[in-house]
Formats: sequence, structure tokens, C-alpha cells
Amino acid sequence: MSVKLNTRQVGDVTVIDAAGRITLGEGASSFRDLIRDLAAKGDKRLLLNLAEVSYIDSSGIGELVSGFTTVTNHGGSLKLVGLSKRVKDLLQITKLYTVFEAFDDEADAIRSFA
Amino acid sequence: MPDPVSEETLKEQRLLDSTLQSVDRAEEIAVAAAEELGFDEEDRHQIGMAVRECMVNAVVHGNRYSAHKKVHLTLRSASNHLAIVIGDEGAGFDLNSLPDPLAQENLLRQSGRGILLIRAFMDEFDLHPRAGGGTEVRLVKHKNRQ
Repeated sequence: MSVKLNTRQVGDVTVIDAAGRITLGEGASSFRDLIRDLAAKGDKRLLLNLAEVSYIDSSGIGELVSGFTTVTNHGGSLKLVGLSKRVKDLLQITKLYTVFEAFDDEADAIRSFA
Repeated sequence: MPDPVSEETLKEQRLLDSTLQSVDRAEEIAVAAAEELGFDEEDRHQIGMAVRECMVNAVVHGNRYSAHKKVHLTLRSASNHLAIVIGDEGAGFDLNSLPDPLAQENLLRQSGRGILLIRAFMDEFDLHPRAGGGTEVRLVKHKNRQ
């Protein structure tokens, strides 16, 4: 299964609910396209909910980083919520926990944009 | 001390096309073999992911999706480990040419983390030129490391 992406608005934060696998190919490219579209239309506060993501490979990690850079370059911020232990481990191994702001709780994450 | 390689028996040998479907297939084959050998779920996940990263390197960077080049996948098992060998038919690869993905200046690079993950997830990682051209990688995961 590839990744499924849905967006919803919570106040002025756009929450992206991802489910499935973010891997090289369709999964990574659909994520990239969505982030670019949101950044281009001026959404500056993006929260990526990874609670239902079962698997991310190095290409998927690359897309998260690319998304972070894209949103930052548009003057916005991309934060993460709902990381599984495996995704947390990946961020630890790759040192990306020093780049991404990550939360366990969505309400805390939303408040952090204020 | 016995030679761990000579104790291995051939479990699976495949010649795969240079496609992303082969990446998925190789991952499935490795995870199934690991399950059969009694690896726990976390180990199976790590083996699958390491194989996936190696296959991506072979298909994308080694064979460059060429319809004329194959990926050589071999699985060997012994009582306490699973060994996976993945070879491509590309132009060869110098491990030392890879930028350090953990260096501060490289943290925001989009790619270059595959080998780092493979090394983190497997107990042994060896990359060498493949006989006949290309690059070959041997991965080993041991059981009952605790």
C-alpha cells in the first residue's frame, strides 16, 4: 500500500494526516506534490500527522526533509506529530530530531504554532 | 572457530529486473525468509528495510533502471544468522565518495541516508566490486543477540 494523504484545517494550522508507507516511488512523490501545493498557496503552518504511517524508507525521510525545506523557504514551518517508535528511531539514527520539531500530542503541536 | 560463511546453506537465488517492483519483491522475500528462520518482528522490519535500501541503490544508482541489467539477489542461512547478497551490473561505487549524512552541513540533503540505515539495522555490511562488473553488498543479521 502506498501513502494516503488527507488535509484538514484546525484554526490556522493545516494538518496533513498520512497513512501507509512513504517510500521511493508513488508514496514519496505524492507527499512532495502535496507539500509543494500547500506551500505555494500560502499555507505556512503545516502539521504532519504520521500516526498511521507504518513505514518510511530513506527516500521517504528525504521527502520529509525536502518538505521541511520547501515550507521553511516559503516562510512557514512544518512540524511532526504522532511518530511511532520506528519513525522516532529513524529520526534518531539520521540526527533529524535536531531538525524537526516533533510532538506526541496534536493539541500541543497546534498550540506550538501560536 | 568455524567459518560462518561455509556453514551457510543457499536459501534463495533470484535474478531481478531493475524496477521498483523488484525492490518490493526483494523486501518481501527477505522478510519471509527471516520469519521462517524465527527472527522477531523488529528484526524482520530491520532486515526488510536494509534489503529495500540496498535494492534501491542497485536499481536506481547501480543499474539506473536499465532493462538490460539485472539485480542478483541471494539469501543464505545458517543456524544463527541470515546473509543477503545483492549485486548490480552498474559502473561500480566508491563508498568513500559518499558525503557523511550526519555532518551538520548535510542534514538537510534530500538523499544519502540509505547506507547509514543499512549499517544501523544489520550486524554486518560489506560492499565490494562484483565479479563480472558492478557492485555487490553482503548483509548479515544474527539471531539472539541479547
